[in-house]
Amino acid sequence: MARVSIDVNGRQEAREVTPRTLLVEFLRDHLGLTGTHVGCDTTQCGCCIVLVDGKSVNSCTMLAVQANGASVTTIEGLAEGDKLHPMQAAFRAHHALQCGFCTPGFVMSALDLVQRKKNPSEADIRYWLLGNMCRCTGYQNIIAAIKAGAAAMAQDG
Amino acid sequence: MHDFNYHEPTTLAEAAAILRAARDGAFIAGGMSLIPALKQRRVRPSDLVDLRLIDGLNFIRRDAGALVIGAMTRHEEVADSALVRGAIPDLARLVGEMADPSVRNRATIGGSIAHGDPAADYAPALLALGATVVTTERTITADAFFTGAFSTALRKGEIIKAVSFPIADAAAYVKFANTASRYAVVGVFVARRAGAVRLAVTGAKAKVFRIGQMEAALERSFAPDAVNDIAIAPWGLTADIHGTAEYRAHLIGVMAQRAVAAAARQRRS
Repeated sequence: MARVSIDVNGRQEAREVTPRTLLVEFLRDHLGLTGTHVGCDTTQCGCCIVLVDGKSVNSCTMLAVQANGASVTTIEGLAEGDKLHPMQAAFRAHHALQCGFCTPGFVMSALDLVQRKKNPSEADIRYWLLGNMCRCTGYQNIIAAIKAGAAAMAQDG
Repeated sequence: MHDFNYHEPTTLAEAAAILRAARDGAFIAGGMSLIPALKQRRVRPSDLVDLRLIDGLNFIRRDAGALVIGAMTRHEEVADSALVRGAIPDLARLVGEMADPSVRNRATIGGSIAHGDPAADYAPALLALGATVVTTERTITADAFFTGAFSTALRKGEIIKAVSFPIADAAAYVKFANTASRYAVVGVFVARRAGAVRLAVTGAKAKVFRIGQMEAALERSFAPDAVNDIAIAPWGLTADIHGTAEYRAHLIGVMAQRAVAAAARQRRS
């Protein structure tokens, strides 16, 4: 067993884990944060994407022990009470989700993009989303949502 | 995955000692190759030795005529680096087209080359640029480093510290990527430096390899036409669900021409 202490959505979480516990298992099963999903389990679909120290990672392909001491942000960490994060609000306004299974991964992935490029172009967004797969929407509305979400975040300063 | 003991050493010496003492240990860098292998039970090490807490392995520098990249430098940093883009632009582009952003945030150059995937993208860059791998024990030339499928010249407990890339006059990489995995079905990296040409192919055999015949032709004339008549034999090439050996043989010719065309367009002032 190993002891990990990880800041998750601003809260220090210390737990005993087996070394082979994946970060996604730690979040979902140990902490009950089930907004992060396991889609392909083979590092391709992006449904498991969270931010670790501000950068998007596939939590299905990271061990919890590798995140020891790090700061993790999941989809649950974005809204402030009932107030949606601008990126979440944009996904809702632009109908960028249907079943919603891939959505947390897309939102977290988009947040990493926007911190690097405050005003990403469509080409930037399409390039960045190569690691996120959606079976429902056809991507069009997701791209529009990310463009709008980025603009809203830039306005908020 | 199977269970294992996990170690977080803070120095290279400590890491090497732990690995050597383990029954069947493995180093872990970003984990983008190793963790999928663990999940599929393709490997079952007794011990995992994590390199993440060791200082001094994460850097990009320019030393005289070479670009030196620390072994734990993440792909995303290399792809975004102004230093890399200025020195060897197609190296930055190559790395920026590996996998996807979230994988690139974790994957490292050291981990990538140590893993030795026959379809990896860094390997042909090392081979074509004539790079050197600096380890805890010695320096290894790219020609000697890649020895087979998932196999390298690294000895047990030997750890990569950095890779040094001589800066080429012109260098380009073109790959025909598998649409899902983004690995190269075939990729060709060509580089020219002081008149000498090196051309390396990935995805087509158990390990990266050079094509001497194409290199010689390109030294006489550095243009896509120079390799037009060089037919690649399918014998010994990889055949799998992504392509036959004959298809790969054909792709090598096409990718080589495109890489040369791209490199020929580059001007060095």
